[in-house]
Amino acid sequence: MKEYKTVTQIAGPLVFVEKTEPVGYQELVNLVLYDGTEKRGQVLDTSDDIVVVQVFETTTGIGKDTGIRFTGETIKMPVGRDMLGRILSGAGKPKDGGPDIVPEKRLEITGAAINPWARGSPRQFIQTGISTIDATNTLVRGQKLPIFSGSGLPHNEIALQIARQAKVPGSDEPFAVVFAAMGITKEEENQFMADFERTGALEHAVVFLNLADDPAVERIITPRLALTTAEYLAFELDYHVLVILTDMTNYCEALRQIGAAREEVPGRRGYPGYMYTDLASIYERAGIIKGKTGSVTQLSILTMPGDDITHPIPDLSGYITEGQIVVNRDLHRKGIYPPINVLPSLSRLMNLGIGKGFTREDHKKVSDQMYAGYAEGVDLRGLVAIVGKDALSDRDRGFLEFADLFENRFVRQGHDEDRTIAESLDLGWDLLSNLPEEQLVRIDRETIEKYHPKYRKASTGA
Amino acid sequence: MEVKQKKGILKRIAGPVVTAVNLDAHMYDVVKVGDEQLMGEVIKITGDNVIIQVYEDTSGIKPGEPVENTGLSLSVELGPGLLTSIYDGIQRPLQVLVEKMGNFIERGVTAPGLSHDKKWDFKPVVKTGDHIGPGTIIGEVVETNIVHKIMVPPAIGSGTVKEIQSGSFTIDEVICVLDTGAEITMLQKWPVRVPRPVTEKLNPDIPLITGQRILDGLFPIAKGGTAAIPGPFGSGKTVTQQALAKWSDAEIVVYIGCGERGNEMTEVLTEFPELEDPKTGRPLMERTVLIANTSNMPVAAREASVYTGITIAEYFRDMGYDVSLMADSTSRWAEAMREISSRLEEMPGEEGYPAYLAARLSEFYERAGRVHTLNKDYGSVTVIGAVSPPGGDFSEPVTQNTLRIVKCFWALDAKLSQRRHFPAINWLDSYSLYLETLGPYYDQEVSPDWNKLRSWAMGVLQKEAELQEIVQLVGSDALPDEEQVTIEVARMLREIFLQQNAFDPVDTFCDMDKQFAIMKAIKQYSDQAYAAQKAGVMTPQIIGLKAKNDLPQIKFIKDYKPELDRILASVETEFIKLREAV
Repeated sequence: MKEYKTVTQIAGPLVFVEKTEPVGYQELVNLVLYDGTEKRGQVLDTSDDIVVVQVFETTTGIGKDTGIRFTGETIKMPVGRDMLGRILSGAGKPKDGGPDIVPEKRLEITGAAINPWARGSPRQFIQTGISTIDATNTLVRGQKLPIFSGSGLPHNEIALQIARQAKVPGSDEPFAVVFAAMGITKEEENQFMADFERTGALEHAVVFLNLADDPAVERIITPRLALTTAEYLAFELDYHVLVILTDMTNYCEALRQIGAAREEVPGRRGYPGYMYTDLASIYERAGIIKGKTGSVTQLSILTMPGDDITHPIPDLSGYITEGQIVVNRDLHRKGIYPPINVLPSLSRLMNLGIGKGFTREDHKKVSDQMYAGYAEGVDLRGLVAIVGKDALSDRDRGFLEFADLFENRFVRQGHDEDRTIAESLDLGWDLLSNLPEEQLVRIDRETIEKYHPKYRKASTGA
Repeated sequence: MEVKQKKGILKRIAGPVVTAVNLDAHMYDVVKVGDEQLMGEVIKITGDNVIIQVYEDTSGIKPGEPVENTGLSLSVELGPGLLTSIYDGIQRPLQVLVEKMGNFIERGVTAPGLSHDKKWDFKPVVKTGDHIGPGTIIGEVVETNIVHKIMVPPAIGSGTVKEIQSGSFTIDEVICVLDTGAEITMLQKWPVRVPRPVTEKLNPDIPLITGQRILDGLFPIAKGGTAAIPGPFGSGKTVTQQALAKWSDAEIVVYIGCGERGNEMTEVLTEFPELEDPKTGRPLMERTVLIANTSNMPVAAREASVYTGITIAEYFRDMGYDVSLMADSTSRWAEAMREISSRLEEMPGEEGYPAYLAARLSEFYERAGRVHTLNKDYGSVTVIGAVSPPGGDFSEPVTQNTLRIVKCFWALDAKLSQRRHFPAINWLDSYSLYLETLGPYYDQEVSPDWNKLRSWAMGVLQKEAELQEIVQLVGSDALPDEEQVTIEVARMLREIFLQQNAFDPVDTFCDMDKQFAIMKAIKQYSDQAYAAQKAGVMTPQIIGLKAKNDLPQIKFIKDYKPELDRILASVETEFIKLREAV
């Protein structure tokens, strides 16, 4: 392999190399430093005169004397069955002292788009045991549902609880967890790893770790390595894979850093104009394929800077993902766990996976009614602050109380409390029965007569 | 100009934009890039450099690889076989791509938009000796339940029919020969960036009935009209678009999933073949053409997808059909433009979008319209574009530039969707500029009272908004009695008329008669309520009227009339009792 020593410029993570033979776009590059250490990079821009290489590690030690070797192929990663149970670095190197991965296959990490015609319809209900997800924002296999959180909120606990409890009722197909950490702290890593070990989850997990002090640019490839692994496990080895990506905000920061180094025209708040397309190339790698048993379900975590849901990172993510679970600071302050605010939360694929034959026929109606009731109650809180509770009508007071009950009994649950979907829905009915029956306008009479506690008691009594 | 140098070489590759030299090219020529012959399009020429946007992933392509100019502009194939198809942004059939390259979209595979082997039964409607010209319908093919009309391509010119065939043909076989020597097949090719010709554009004065109460009732759109649906994520753009694609009374639907989610397109693909067209009883898929360029498919093909879609829509319009086109979402299209523009290092306009954003948007929406076709039939293309404003902020460039062009504005509201009020269209912010032109139609076809009723409902909703501001400050009990009734009537309008359940088999589509009946029932309650109040009945009794609690249920009943009459009768009886008690 030819080695070039024609570096002309180094700016941030970018190295400019001159007078090369034709080099392919996105080719993998090895950089050999004066002391013999090697770093890796990727071609971002190639022409007759100059090639721009993005280095995945720090550029410390790179200079005009650095040797540049173009490998002639795009980045591929070795994948294999024995990856399960392994801990790898953000660049895919073993980090647990174990041997290298024995490759069964080498796959391109960019991953091609699934042909929409080949996609299967995701409609298998996943029970997470958390009421605010199962009953009101249902997750289905093949969905990408991120958790929108803020700094200092317990999103990691929620993600872990989901990873622990998630199951498809009545199914025992093999499942795996692929966990990719981007720029999380050592402490957070310990929290995840301790939980994985405590519950024995590590056995069927593949862990990729890019910690806060690892090179930021490496974060660009970490999620892609994780998703390539997940697709291999799902579509070649028939696993149901849950991918947890945390924290997408750190990923976007790395993207912005590279954009700035390339002197690109920035989009909103300095993030590159192609961030939507780039994020889509990650989030869209979820789903199921007709004729294949496995599935890739994505649960990514992102912290909203300043809790601002209109910030470009949550905003663009929300336009790509199939809904979002929003973790709320006020609920957290009230001491409610999990502090999931259902109002801005949404699961777009929910309607496909619930109802008769999936969960229960009353599911959607109960969920809609709780949403409407809670929204009204929350609105009334603002009014109470001005006029006092006494000025409210009886009807309004009912909704106000409903909102409190909803938060304290439905939202609140224990870290290890694993509610079945039937338990969650029945709990919903119990709370709704505190409202006058004629206020339940989202539920038809037949369903009310079948499930409303009042009638259920009457019928069981008789 | 003759293209002399058809082959050039690649000089630079940076993402989806590449530069070639030693190549003669015109703007928007289609070129084959690299050893793998990836499809691309010329978008800029500076000196010796020809700049090309590539519709496929460019990883691994090297400087020095060849570039070949086809000399053609990006075109679509038009003919029998379009219906029920699903294409990517450059009209490659996704089903064929699965057969050719498996479940993932790899690159370097071409596939024609239409099957060139399949035979279609062609029945001529003209005979030897007839004089025909561009756009004349010369025969018919029954494609699904839709009759696909075969037209003289605009480029062929006029002449007298010398020979015309009848029977089974592929789209490449000659079915008609003119005295000028011109040969006509069932296949037409048309460059996507050029609007297809018409005799004249007409004023849109017939509504597109969508079966959605808030749209038909309050903010109607005309056949051949334009509408924008802007809203933040999760406010129900896609659900609304899909409801329109399902239930609008257009004869042909073109649905463009432009930079959207893969699973959503799958949903359309699994649902549409199962759903029935309320008019014909046939699967909805039979009248539908889908274009799916999901967010992770190449960005340049996303830019092209919108043009591919509207060209197919215009083709069906030329047969004399009413076509509706849904573009979900035009913001992703604009972003594709921005991405390409920034790779070209063009001077950015507002928020990084190219300065020609407004021009491109208006060119696109201007291809909508109700027309007199070349064959002197009436046809229309209605364009409904979803807009995804960042952060739900309507002041951003794509929303603003779109609003300057479109006549209907259906503003989605995250607040409404959070309380599960669907469709989450804000009735105060939305508008339709077709109200006046469509007024006479509603007078004749629905009821002479319709327009009055509509203004009444809008008035109540407007009044409620004002009263709500007061309620926020002092509570609802502090309002005068009369206004408490107004609030109650407005609540009924919102919960019964405006809210519609897209997932309920009955409520998902509501015909005009039912819309009228529901609104009239609410008005009747309102009139009786004010009358009772004047007669001295206490306000809580009026608001708490038991009989009206059944009213929301009629939305879910197919044969609603007997139940509605029963409810209205018992409302009246209850009011009479209350007045007697006074």
